[in-house]
Amino acid sequence: MYDGGKILAGLVIFLVVVTAPVWWNLATGAEVRAPQLVLPQGQPGCVLPTQQMKADHMELLNRWRDMVVRRGDRVVTTWDGRTYRRSLTKTCLGCHTDKSSFCDRCHHYVTVTPYCWDCHLAPKGGAS
Amino acid sequence: MTVDRRGFFKLAGLTVLGLELPVLGAAQKPGKPLEEPLEGRRWGMVVDLAACHEHPECTRCIEACNHAHNVPRIPDRKHEIKWIWKEPFGHAFPSQGSRYLPEDLAEKPALLMCNHCDNPPCVRVCPTQATWKREDGVVMMDWHRCIGCRYCIAACPYGSRSFNWVDPRQYLKEPNPDFPTRTKGVVEKCNLCEERLAEGRVPACVEACPYGALHFGDLADPDSPVRRLLEERFAIRRKPGLGTEPQVFYLV
Repeated sequence: MYDGGKILAGLVIFLVVVTAPVWWNLATGAEVRAPQLVLPQGQPGCVLPTQQMKADHMELLNRWRDMVVRRGDRVVTTWDGRTYRRSLTKTCLGCHTDKSSFCDRCHHYVTVTPYCWDCHLAPKGGAS
Repeated sequence: MTVDRRGFFKLAGLTVLGLELPVLGAAQKPGKPLEEPLEGRRWGMVVDLAACHEHPECTRCIEACNHAHNVPRIPDRKHEIKWIWKEPFGHAFPSQGSRYLPEDLAEKPALLMCNHCDNPPCVRVCPTQATWKREDGVVMMDWHRCIGCRYCIAACPYGSRSFNWVDPRQYLKEPNPDFPTRTKGVVEKCNLCEERLAEGRVPACVEACPYGALHFGDLADPDSPVRRLLEERFAIRRKPGLGTEPQVFYLV
């Protein structure tokens, strides 16, 4: 192999640079923790089971949006017979009153910036 | 263990009943009761210009609407957003100009808003179906879908639509969290308070008017108060010759 030493040295430097964040975190003892959410107290539960909400809340909100705005279909009945108005700010944020300790924590963690909040306003008390 | 036919059916019946019990129990304690929506086949408005003219300084309806819908007050008139506004009668009804119109009428303000036309030109030109006419007559907008092309602004003969040239939030002092704001690049207009109709409430401007100059109701119902008003008094509409069939009537 021509210039084998240089190539191998280059590869080693490349690997060190690419994996630097991992070494850095190990060296400084930084720990990545899953976001801690503040859940509403004294409520009978969300409109869908937690696992489903975690995975699909964005699709659910898109469906609700189209049902309300385009079809005027505003009332949802949950699997256990509770009825709610389909509304992000009145229903969702009615229980999850502090957006910054619920929505934002996961969204920051996974670096997504949903554009809901470009127009919809978080209720007072929660940072917008 | 062996189960005979009779025993099997007994067990099956009990199992099904057992599965149903939590559901039956939950059905008895629903969430808080929701307000019933207003039902109408063809919503419309009647504006009593004479009653409105008696109080030229009053802007209660405009303020109520602006607050309810987060309509910003932008000082630069090129950027202004209008849902309900006042315009001199002569501007609002250019074809009504009798040469001998009472001296001051042409200058007196008329209250204007989206006419929620039966044949809305804005709907015909919208390329994304962001605006459409609902079955109850409300010319509705889906701001999620508006791409800001402004064809509708060009099509509307009443100037009822406004474009957000700048971010409207900076002009809202006390935004109403129950209603969204808009973003830069979106068209907006009066929605006949469809969000209030869904909760069984009349439009905010009608509710706010202390002088009974604004009337809201079902124009398809011959017994509705708005239809009776139109039978009793002569009413005009803006630019009727265009064939847009506006559903806002002005009592003169």
